[in-house]
Amino acid sequence: MIPAQFDYVAPTSVDEALAALAERGDDAKVIAGGQSLLPVLRMRLNAPEVVIDIGRIDALRGIRDDGDAIVIGATTTHAEVGASSLVYDNAALVTKAVEHLADAQIRHRGTFGGALAHADPAGDLGAPALALGAQFVIAGTGGTRTVGADEFFVDLFETAIGDGELLTEVRIPKHTGWGAHYEKFVRVAHQWPIVAVAATVKADGGTISEARVGLTNMGSTPLRATAVEQALVGQPATEDAVRQAAAAAAEGTNPPSDLNGDRDYRRHLATVLTRRAVLAAAGG
Amino acid sequence: MTATEERAATAEIGRDRRRKEDQRLITGRTRWTDNITLPGMLHLAMVRSPFAHATIRSIDTSAARTSANVVTVLTGADIADDQGVIINAWPITKDQVSPTHLPMPSDRATFAGEIVAVVVARSAAEARDAAELVDVDYEELPAAVDLKESAADTVLAHPDLGTNKSALWTFDSGEAGTGGDVEETIDKARSDGIVIEREYRQQRLIPAFMEPRSTVVDPTGEQITMWSATQIPHVLRFALAATTGVPESKIRVVAPDVGGGFGGKLQTTPEEFITFAVARRLGKPVKYTETRSESLVACHHGRDQWQKLTLAAEKDGTVTGLKVELLADLGSYNALLGGGTPVLGAFMFNAIYKFQAYHFSVQTVLTNKTWTDAYRGAGRPEATFAIERIMDELAAELGVDPLEIRERNWIKHDEFPYTTVCGLEYDSGNYEAATERAKEMIGYDELRAEQKQRRESGDRVQLGIGVSTFTEMCGLAPSRVLGSLDYGAGGWEHASVRMLATGKVELVTGVSPHGQGHETAFSQIVADRLGVPFEDVEVLHGDTQVAHKGMDTYGSRSLVIGGEAVVKAADRVIEKARPIAAHLLEASVDDLDFAGGRFSVRGTDQGLTIQEVALATFAAHNYPEGIEPYIDAEATYDPINFNFPHGTHLCAMEVDTETGAVRMRKYVCCDDIGNIINPLIVAGQVHGGVTQGIAQALFEEAVYDDAGTLVSGSLVDYLVPTAADLISFDIDHTTSPSLTNTLGTKGVGEAGTIASTPAVVNAIVDAVRHLGVNDIQMPCTPERVWKAVQGVGAGGDDPTAGAAMPHFDEQEGGAQ
Ligand SMILES: Cc1cc2nc3c(=O)[nH]c(=O)nc-3n(C[C@H](O)[C@H](O)[C@H](O)COP(=O)(O)OP(=O)(O)OC[C@H]3O[C@@H](n4cnc5c(N)ncnc54)[C@H](O)[C@@H]3O)c2cc1C
Repeated sequence: MIPAQFDYVAPTSVDEALAALAERGDDAKVIAGGQSLLPVLRMRLNAPEVVIDIGRIDALRGIRDDGDAIVIGATTTHAEVGASSLVYDNAALVTKAVEHLADAQIRHRGTFGGALAHADPAGDLGAPALALGAQFVIAGTGGTRTVGADEFFVDLFETAIGDGELLTEVRIPKHTGWGAHYEKFVRVAHQWPIVAVAATVKADGGTISEARVGLTNMGSTPLRATAVEQALVGQPATEDAVRQAAAAAAEGTNPPSDLNGDRDYRRHLATVLTRRAVLAAAGG
Repeated sequence: MTATEERAATAEIGRDRRRKEDQRLITGRTRWTDNITLPGMLHLAMVRSPFAHATIRSIDTSAARTSANVVTVLTGADIADDQGVIINAWPITKDQVSPTHLPMPSDRATFAGEIVAVVVARSAAEARDAAELVDVDYEELPAAVDLKESAADTVLAHPDLGTNKSALWTFDSGEAGTGGDVEETIDKARSDGIVIEREYRQQRLIPAFMEPRSTVVDPTGEQITMWSATQIPHVLRFALAATTGVPESKIRVVAPDVGGGFGGKLQTTPEEFITFAVARRLGKPVKYTETRSESLVACHHGRDQWQKLTLAAEKDGTVTGLKVELLADLGSYNALLGGGTPVLGAFMFNAIYKFQAYHFSVQTVLTNKTWTDAYRGAGRPEATFAIERIMDELAAELGVDPLEIRERNWIKHDEFPYTTVCGLEYDSGNYEAATERAKEMIGYDELRAEQKQRRESGDRVQLGIGVSTFTEMCGLAPSRVLGSLDYGAGGWEHASVRMLATGKVELVTGVSPHGQGHETAFSQIVADRLGVPFEDVEVLHGDTQVAHKGMDTYGSRSLVIGGEAVVKAADRVIEKARPIAAHLLEASVDDLDFAGGRFSVRGTDQGLTIQEVALATFAAHNYPEGIEPYIDAEATYDPINFNFPHGTHLCAMEVDTETGAVRMRKYVCCDDIGNIINPLIVAGQVHGGVTQGIAQALFEEAVYDDAGTLVSGSLVDYLVPTAADLISFDIDHTTSPSLTNTLGTKGVGEAGTIASTPAVVNAIVDAVRHLGVNDIQMPCTPERVWKAVQGVGAGGDDPTAGAAMPHFDEQEGGAQ
């Protein structure tokens, strides 16, 4: 389908982009990879007057090592994130989640920052970002601020990014040596998860010393399964022990009902997938 | 002579030829309808009703008319006199209740997606922009949505008709004299045998062909030319002429390369009629190409039935009677075949089994949903699913292997030709051989052993083996039979062979391929028959100016009927060339042999190839007195019977009892489709067909909410599987040539789809039957499987809520 007509600007710096945003206000929409925005425009669910393409701002793209964190530029593509050994070595959970995100074509265009800014509760990157305690760097005309993952996701398709602001980069604290697994449950391969569980654990000699568990599509935002995380500490990485801890996975969740499953089914899935994700993460 | 021998040694028929049309189809460097751009061409955008059922109070087009580069905006009232009517070619009963189907109604919208206005602009984008400005004042009416409720007339889809019940069509073997009285067999079984009663749901499906529908109309020549992405250019021309008043001779319809159909383009559509009307009104070329969203909501849908079955058997499992009662959802109109689609399944529920008595009825029902019509298999997948599912239930009741119960009841290979309880004569087949081979391919006994072991150990992952020993009737169809069923046309096919001066051959066929590979297969037939190189044959089709006679492509008919017409036309060329060759060779006609493309004088080394005869005929300098210098020939073939492909499909499915997720472990099939012209093309049809049937079993479903809105209205929610979701299938064949055509072929276009659905569902049910499950509604989603295992909502009811995942919500956050 054909989107309504819009103006197009392609700034080459963050300042220019912010200026364009400030100037056009509510009439503007940022486009990164376009993999979520273009369907919206094509189905005419939204008709901005101007589209600001941030894809040509070099400063927003790339992955770097910054001491105790790795930093992923907002317009770095899913494919680039997936292929990065820096990401894999220090935040393997992200690599695992990106591996099964959409399909190869979409991973080639869609961006890390775009997916997080879009804040689809079924998006694959929110739960890992939350589990890893990612920090979101947001720029506005007044300067730059950093928001933690627990504050970043506000609601369905809503984040802490304010009017006239841009997500510039995501800082992910290093989890070097942690095992990681992203357990995504789908009916067909190229699908958003019905439910997914992002788990990363630190295990010493078969005992779990720390665990982080994020849930995808179990509420209007990505969720942390804190009860599970706490229950896992000090437990052996065995089927029985992990099963017991994972039983609390659906606590405090509020999953949707849709064509792929009702909320009770999703709650059930969350416990099963949490067990599987944690065991797989602990196993390697 | 050696050249001839070599050619004979490499016979074209049976050869794994790569498809000659694929390069242009795959690269898209070809004439898809949407690629056609004519000078001064205008573009259309449709305004569609968002409501399933609503009175159109008024339509304000003023804002749209003043939008940039808009030429005009037309409503149903504006084109009332020349828009024509969408036809139903198969009124299945004399008293069928059927609403008039105008391409663009002006008073009432009857399904969400129905066209209520059309915008004409200089570009497609401008037409779309203006379409958003058309202001329609609707008064929403109650909508008939659910099939069973609609059958009870609780809400009327068309209030003026007074009922939703369109037609009740029945067949009874007792009345027809082809078998006994079904009620007697059921009564008897209730007292001293086995009666199995089941109800199955055939969910609604969307054909989801790759190329969206597109139509271009050029009214500037003496003939109005329509290019359309259709399976049926000839039927379309007839329908346009019959209902718009434009003489058939003034209309040319072209189906250029068409990107898939699966029955979904076996239709004459409102979009085509509106495009035709607009072009005539404006006197300018116009184009309409639908979006994917429009395609999903407005192209006809398929299946959508409730099936009630009562099977009677003796204590030992010998089947005696079968009673089938169907409810079929027509959507809001009787489409081209309409209620005929379930009727095509009426003769197939008895399948390969020797029932003594059979009764079939279908009640077709009007609802406020998208119209339904043929979808790959059309009637036979529904029948095959139901009988193959219930045969498994009979096996379970008796505690025997599902293959054993089938073998006890099927027609033995030495009983052919066999007249069924429906009166059809199956000409050939060998169910034993196909089943034996399929069992060997899948390693049946090993899988049964593994299944047993998994059951005993209470494995989280259970294994099931699904069986489908299908047959079907295809090659539509003997014209007299169609006549007896009140179908509006015949089932013959036409071909002509033109011998060009340079020895090249043009084959004109009346069938209209849309991805099947006819150009390759038909070239192989002509090459063998005439003894000319494969490369020298050009196959022409899909243009009423070139292929003036034809009944088009559907119902697995192209090869078995169209191919037979080709054979007859080619044979006539040889017969017409023979006296000319004899004359040139100064020999008697009786002394000529024709083999490997060459007429030779018996006992000499004298001879002429048919291509040489073609040149001599073109020059016409030297030919016998009293005959025409003309060796081209044509033929029309009307089949004497359907043909009956069959096969055994076996599928192993793993079921994760903890999540309900299913995984296909192995899929094998051994199909008997008679003689094979091109094994590679057959493999393509089988793999694609099997996939489409699996898609019904596991993935696809068109879901409506209570208001009659299509919830699965995008490919995010209507799950068409890709290669990533499937495994590689093992396919093989046994060969029982058809006895009713020269080539001994049987149709293969639909076989895989017809066969595979029950194989998959049987496998899933088989995996969890020991947990108390005897049915799972399609598509067998993980949620449904899990709930069945949990003992809630095993089958029949629909546990999923009618909402889609909103990945593209307009409320989305981000910067703004
Ligand atoms: C068929 C299909 C399947 C998919 N499957 C999955 C899947 O399985 N899992 C999954 O997680 N995702 C899936 N996606 C979505 C995919 O991940 C997108 O890449 C992602 O959601 C958006 O990234 P983008 O760069 O394309 O953003 P865009 O589409 O360009 O933008 C998305 C939104 O974010 C805003 N935005 C983008 N960048 C910034 C920024 N730097 N600062 C502020 N706002 C910004 C835009 O204004 C817009 O509102 C799928 C998409 C499609 C089309």
